[in-house]
Amino acid sequence: MSGLAYAISDTVVLAKRNLLRIPRAPDLLISFTLQPIMFVVLFVYVFGGAIETPGFEDYTDFLMPGIIVQTMSFGGFVTALGLAEDLKKGLIDRFRSLPMARSAVLSGRTLADVATNSVSLTIMIVVGLLVGFTFDASFAEIVAGIGLMLLFGYAFSWIFAFAGITASSAEAAQAIGFMAIFPLTFASSSFVPVDSMPDWLQAFAEVNPFTTMTDAMRALWVDQPAGNDIWLAVVWCVGLIAVFAPLSVARYRRAVSR
Amino acid sequence: MSEPAIEVRDLRKSYGDVEALRGIDLEAPAGTVLGLLGPNGAGKTTAVRILTTLLPPDAGSARVAGFDVVRDASELRAHVGLAGQYAAVDENLTGRENLEMVGRLYHLGRKRSLGRADELLETFGLTDAASRLVRTYSGGMRRRLDLAAALVARPPVIFLDEPTTGLDPRSRLALWQTIAVRVAAGTTVLLTTQYLDEADRLADAIAVIDHGQVIAEGTSDELKDRVGGERLEVTLEDPSQAEVAIAALAPISEDDRPSCAGELLSMPMRRDRGGIAEAVRRLDSAGVGIADIAVRRPTLDDVFIALTGHAAEHEGAEDEDEDEEEQGEEREERAA
Repeated sequence: MSGLAYAISDTVVLAKRNLLRIPRAPDLLISFTLQPIMFVVLFVYVFGGAIETPGFEDYTDFLMPGIIVQTMSFGGFVTALGLAEDLKKGLIDRFRSLPMARSAVLSGRTLADVATNSVSLTIMIVVGLLVGFTFDASFAEIVAGIGLMLLFGYAFSWIFAFAGITASSAEAAQAIGFMAIFPLTFASSSFVPVDSMPDWLQAFAEVNPFTTMTDAMRALWVDQPAGNDIWLAVVWCVGLIAVFAPLSVARYRRAVSR
Repeated sequence: MSEPAIEVRDLRKSYGDVEALRGIDLEAPAGTVLGLLGPNGAGKTTAVRILTTLLPPDAGSARVAGFDVVRDASELRAHVGLAGQYAAVDENLTGRENLEMVGRLYHLGRKRSLGRADELLETFGLTDAASRLVRTYSGGMRRRLDLAAALVARPPVIFLDEPTTGLDPRSRLALWQTIAVRVAAGTTVLLTTQYLDEADRLADAIAVIDHGQVIAEGTSDELKDRVGGERLEVTLEDPSQAEVAIAALAPISEDDRPSCAGELLSMPMRRDRGGIAEAVRRLDSAGVGIADIAVRRPTLDDVFIALTGHAAEHEGAEDEDEDEEEQGEEREERAA
């Protein structure tokens, strides 16, 4: 087998390892099944009546693309937690002493996240439809939206991979991820229309990738004007992966178990 | 003679201002056990990390199984196994899944990985626990699984970094036996330990490390001779019998005249002179009353005092050991 073929098979072996453990650690399972349901229900019924969303059928149509973007961005925390844990338990030392691809521990983690994100995404779409969300889209547009969200989640998994391999503990990795992502998701078009914000925040929200991503999803799923958002969204994803994947692998090469 | 399985020349490594290795030389012929003996912080783990390519050296050279640790790092990894201090196994996989995963990552292929996993589970007495999650294993079982993982690819050289720290005596003994079997089958082992008896039991040659330097090398017997071998300590019932006792024991003492302070007589024992039984016989026939008698074997501290003139520095070492032992016990309890 060639180096690339080994890199792929190593990645698959480790992705399988990461997925096998999920039904065995139910706490993780809750975070990407029940948590998204809770968010959808809370936002739809608590804020739904209070937030004006001109140009949309109702708040649910406005909300679903945004809340899915937020959920996908957090999906990668499993990678950060897992890597921090592997460092603590000495497993990274073992992996680094094996004749496997240097990228495989990380790409196995991020690939497993794509699987768990798919589960979250499915649950959210079903719950969304149950609370009144309606697609205004062709089949191809729905599929393109799913693809974009999985790509976006994958890009964020690499950011979490970098946090997990860099942070001093699992708790620190989670705190860093939370502190960085939470404000970004709210200071965007995900939950409220941007023009309801003060000017300075609007300026930030306009360039926030979460706004780009949410607007791209609204273009695909509820027939809003797209502009360049879809292409820009893809560029953001590819750009994040291009930066954080090599950074994380470079960190991994020098990683020291704690 | 073929090339040594492990060959280290003037290896150096610093972390900032701290010199972890100050130029060590090591050599282990194929099929032998080299024991690296030293206290915490002596540089043992740094040496193992460099030899398993986890850490690049600052200077010097090291070859393992014929591969240079820097230039041939990726080929080298296919020819070594590492079992560290932590029992680096995945708690949320079963024993079999852990070994299968390691086999796949050594690129043995699915079928061979599974076959090898079952073989090793059998060898290490884990067949009954093979389908249980590792988080239900005891400390000793985890260590055995960890060692099994190091052997998956039948590497010609294995590195064991303090393999028995924190294990109960029974598990330690079982692990020693397993290691001895591997060596008999031709595997070369580099073993680090803080315990002289462990090096004594397993190692063909021992290198004593302190502050990043090899301060003594030799077989276990050679080292013990430098330390002075076993000491006999006799507590006399009556201190006034000291002279009689000294005369009775002089023939089996390394010193011309055993020393006596108050009722405690202490002397280095000569080899092959009947040991403690002979001492008792001699004291008895001289009519000396014995309150207590004991043979003290040389400890790592004795080696250090003899070799360096100072005691081994154990800052933090004892605390760590205790922690490890507690963890081990917790696991035993959980398993039960």
